[in-house]
Amino acid sequence: MTVVRGSGGRPEETGDGAAPGFRPSRSLRISVELRRQLLRGRTALVAACAVLLPVVLIVSFGVGDPPAKGPTPDYEALAAESTPNFVMYVMFVAGTYLNGVLVALLVADGVASEAAYANLKYLLAIPVPRLRLLWRKAAVSALLSAVVVTLVPLVAVAAGALSIGAGNMTTPTGYTLPFGEALVVLALAELYVVVQLSWLAGLSLLLTASTDVPLGAVGGAVLASMFGQILDQVTALGSLREFLPSHYTWTWMELLSPEPDLRSLADGVLVSIAYACVFGTLAAFRFSRKDITS
Amino acid sequence: MVAQGRTRTVLARRGVRSAALAAVVLLAGASVAFVTTESTPGTRVEEHTHRVPERPGSAEQVDIDTSLYLPLRTPAPAVLLAPGFGADKDSVDEQARELAADGFVVQTFSPRGFGGSSGRIGLNDPDREVADARHLLDRLAARPEVRLDGDGDPRVAAVGASYGGALSLMLAGTDRRVDAVVPVATYHDLGESLVPNAARGGDAEARTPAAGSGGTGVFKSGWSGLFFSAGLDHRLSADPGSYSGTSGGLDEDVEAVCGRFTEEVCRIYVDVVTTGTTTAATAALLHRLSPASVAGSITAPTLLVQGEQDTLFGLDQADATARRIASAGGDVQVVWFAGGHDAGMPGPDLRATISRWLRFRLTGAEENPFGAFEYDVQGAVRPEGAVSVRTVRAADYPGLRTDRVSRREVPLSGSERVIAKPPGGLPAAISGIPGLNALVSGATALLPPESLDPAGQSAAFDSAPLSDQLLVTGATTVRLRVSSVGAPGDGVLFAKLYDVGPDGTKTLPGSAVAPVRLPPLPEDGTPVEVVVALPGVVHPVESGHRLRLVVGTTDQGFRATVADPAVYRVGVVGALSVPSVPAVPTASAWPIGQLLGIVLVPAVAAALLALLAARQRRGRDVDPSLRDTPLVVDGLVRVLPDGTTAVDGLSLRVERGQVFGLLGPNGAGKTTTLRMLMGLITPDGGEIRVFGVRVTPGAPVLSRVGCFVEAAGFLPHLTGRTNLELHWAATGRPAADAHLAEALEIAALGDAVDRPVRTYSQGMRQRLAIARAMLGLPDLLVLDEPTNGLDPPQIRRLREVLRRYAATGRAVLVSSHLLAEVEATCTHIAIVHRGVLVADGPVVELAASGDELTFAVDRPEEAGAVLRALTGVSDVDVRDGLVHADLAGIGAATALAELVRAGISVRHAVPRRRLEDAFLRLVGEVR
Repeated sequence: MTVVRGSGGRPEETGDGAAPGFRPSRSLRISVELRRQLLRGRTALVAACAVLLPVVLIVSFGVGDPPAKGPTPDYEALAAESTPNFVMYVMFVAGTYLNGVLVALLVADGVASEAAYANLKYLLAIPVPRLRLLWRKAAVSALLSAVVVTLVPLVAVAAGALSIGAGNMTTPTGYTLPFGEALVVLALAELYVVVQLSWLAGLSLLLTASTDVPLGAVGGAVLASMFGQILDQVTALGSLREFLPSHYTWTWMELLSPEPDLRSLADGVLVSIAYACVFGTLAAFRFSRKDITS
Repeated sequence: MVAQGRTRTVLARRGVRSAALAAVVLLAGASVAFVTTESTPGTRVEEHTHRVPERPGSAEQVDIDTSLYLPLRTPAPAVLLAPGFGADKDSVDEQARELAADGFVVQTFSPRGFGGSSGRIGLNDPDREVADARHLLDRLAARPEVRLDGDGDPRVAAVGASYGGALSLMLAGTDRRVDAVVPVATYHDLGESLVPNAARGGDAEARTPAAGSGGTGVFKSGWSGLFFSAGLDHRLSADPGSYSGTSGGLDEDVEAVCGRFTEEVCRIYVDVVTTGTTTAATAALLHRLSPASVAGSITAPTLLVQGEQDTLFGLDQADATARRIASAGGDVQVVWFAGGHDAGMPGPDLRATISRWLRFRLTGAEENPFGAFEYDVQGAVRPEGAVSVRTVRAADYPGLRTDRVSRREVPLSGSERVIAKPPGGLPAAISGIPGLNALVSGATALLPPESLDPAGQSAAFDSAPLSDQLLVTGATTVRLRVSSVGAPGDGVLFAKLYDVGPDGTKTLPGSAVAPVRLPPLPEDGTPVEVVVALPGVVHPVESGHRLRLVVGTTDQGFRATVADPAVYRVGVVGALSVPSVPAVPTASAWPIGQLLGIVLVPAVAAALLALLAARQRRGRDVDPSLRDTPLVVDGLVRVLPDGTTAVDGLSLRVERGQVFGLLGPNGAGKTTTLRMLMGLITPDGGEIRVFGVRVTPGAPVLSRVGCFVEAAGFLPHLTGRTNLELHWAATGRPAADAHLAEALEIAALGDAVDRPVRTYSQGMRQRLAIARAMLGLPDLLVLDEPTNGLDPPQIRRLREVLRRYAATGRAVLVSSHLLAEVEATCTHIAIVHRGVLVADGPVVELAASGDELTFAVDRPEEAGAVLRALTGVSDVDVRDGLVHADLAGIGAATALAELVRAGISVRHAVPRRRLEDAFLRLVGEVR
């Protein structure tokens, strides 16, 4: 049987009575939280989904009939023409649901899954200060979301380059860009997409900080992302839709036009960030005074 | 002019909340009921019917239905707001209320033949509709609410769209009292609009950007039909039996054919429709009904607002009006907006700016919100189908006061082509649908390309791909050389200019087609040259795109009058001459407000969070006298959400070296207490101090507490070792302080330590959780039911570990519902029941007292009596068939002997276990 050595030392006179070597500001470092999340199967699954979509799409182009070239601008018909077009198409497809699901899975799962594993209380008893824990979870989830969401067009570039070849980009409005410039524009568009998703990340954080059921938090976030898109289709809402964060899901296409409307892009960023800030602040207030009962 | 009134009660048609009816005598023998509506705060609306002569000097009279909108503050300048063709005064109600809210007295009315007005439609006849408008100015001048420039001269602007716009121009051209004019999307010359000809002889290049050609051309049958049907009377179609006309000729039944049009207008229409062109006499009649006849007399400042999406009254019409007004010395500003008869009238933003312009003109209170020339540029098609629009401002409308518009030559390739007009002009090329072009802008793209320009009927001439963007601003011109092959037919061609993308996508800007009526073609095939002014558009042609000129023989929107087939040889002479007006954006391109918001919103959120974090850190509450006491619980209260009290005034004290047992049945409040100790839930009363520091959520002193409460809480996909390593990494403390090896030794998992936790048994998880709690050798170790799932040897080892751990000067707090467990493990004990402390103290004191014995006897009551009789025996207690007594005075042997002597059979005598009594009582209650 083990004998525990050492003696119960006198308390350190650090003022807050903390154990020697413990400082709240060094608990749960980003690298540690990142390691915790990267070791999870969920992260790998989400990344796999992100990689899979462009691959499936490009394979389907090869297998199925070549998309008929109709008289109207058609994303699918354009997609098979060049790598930038394919990337644009993939971004379009990912924008409908995939991006929302990826963000929901990575962010909404964060705190709730710790609670579901009953691990949350041990982290808080370390003690990792509550706001710090939430902030670290948010930062790492947001980072992973950004990476995974960006992975989709990156894989599309690789897949496109391998099977279609480079080539110019032709936008649905008939505007043409050379390969290099097209990649820059698409990179900017993807940056916008990532920023635009911040509202959903904020909502996911609020949900995950409010519930102990990861499935509920993820489901809620996915539902919200779909509901937002549906609401935006309701023309009867009129200009009210301009206050829906999902109204700006497709505004990145603005960047594909020769004269992007900076105003609508800025509107999209502002509305998304505003929602993200409101949800994030609510999450912080909620989590900081919540009873941890899991 | 003296107005004739008549008595009539008018009911408000819309927005009536409270109808206050009051009769007011306005003029001799005339009374008017007025209705106040509250839908726009502060605006009063009076409805009148004015009786005016059918023509000046005529005895016949016509009723004009009017509404007068009175703003909050009067006297105010007035606006005469005229509705469009086919509409009555209600169609401009919203706009009238906007203007009234902006402080204008607004006069609206239903023109003759429409709405509540009687009379026949004279198409803005100077003796009819225009005279009516002058009459309304007289009425305005008589109102006390209207600001006057002089006796009988109100301060007034004439505003209107389409038909109403033409009226405003004609009123301004015939009545000097008008102080400002805003004609929107209207015509200059009705004949040139409805029977246009884009061809122009000679070499004169237009100075202005959107100059058309004028002259008699090809009948715009699609639009004209729509136009005419708005004035037909519904009576006929409702009751066909009442119509007894025989041949349908105009002379036989004017009423039946012409509906509410005047006979003069009707004759013109029938003439044009049947011949497909205009005679000189018809053109002169139409000229009289058009602003063209009076535009040269307009001196009031004029704001010409014309639509870029307008195949009815194109940019050329405003261009012509602007030239006429400017050449006569008038003050004219031109605005081309992204709309028109095909895409809608000005939206709220432009209307508001027009209202500001009216304030500038009528009160001088504003800056001029418009430049000399502004136009909208439509950019990329949005995903939602809307189009981005930016407004740009040019230094001037070229060709009016300054130099001619700058033009860029775009060479076209392609040699002469032979094109044929099919018999009857069918099939006809399709370029759009009147009034719906914006709605169905994509629709023409859905048709097979042949139907846009049927094969053999058209010739296409392409430019090279453009090297840079070209913004077409106005009417592009091109010189065509045409000769007839065989009989010349009617000599009508149609020209349109496509924007062709690199992938072959064709766009027809404005859906606009230029009809060309050629001068008479010599039958011998001698070519004739004409300059064709294509429809004025604003369209950015991107680099890499081509311009394609298509010259065809048919178009569905126009009426071919001669059905005979014809064949033409068509070629282009020279290049396209594309007008381009340099301009700069009116609004700042950078969305400053949004950018500020993007910075400020997160800053506010960050500030809120910083406040929250500061509040959480604030005020560490330390009791220095308890700095060396691992745990003090004082008066702890916790009420559950359902109202029951889980912990009720609990007080405990755990000292160094103690293994402290928290004993109680399930639901006693043990776990709730431990959660409060960990800072997971907040007490409703009392406090917990660890080494003197009051515990709050995340208090740093918790770093000296190691705990295992309820579920083990491991990441199941990771190994035991990784779980412990990650947990320690999360503390941020040096790895060497973890004493990981010792912890793992306690867990005694063997090789399993490197297997995922999900493969562990309950006991293995339990041991791993205890090991995690001991990481870093905390000064206070808190274990909740630690022996659950352990087998007896493991339980024994754990007891040993805990005892030794406490012996190092640390403290251990163990909770359990098992008495034996606590008795065997702990040095000190506290029994809780329903959140209340029942007993506490050292186990030795509580568990067994040397002098107290418990006897199991056959007759307990007698035994009790015997013992009570002995001196030196106290606290005799008979309960549950047992007899308890304190034998301090006489010793156990004596007492036993006395009992036996009394004939009582003693089965056994054991030291009394008070603790067990207490606990069993509790458990019994619970059961």
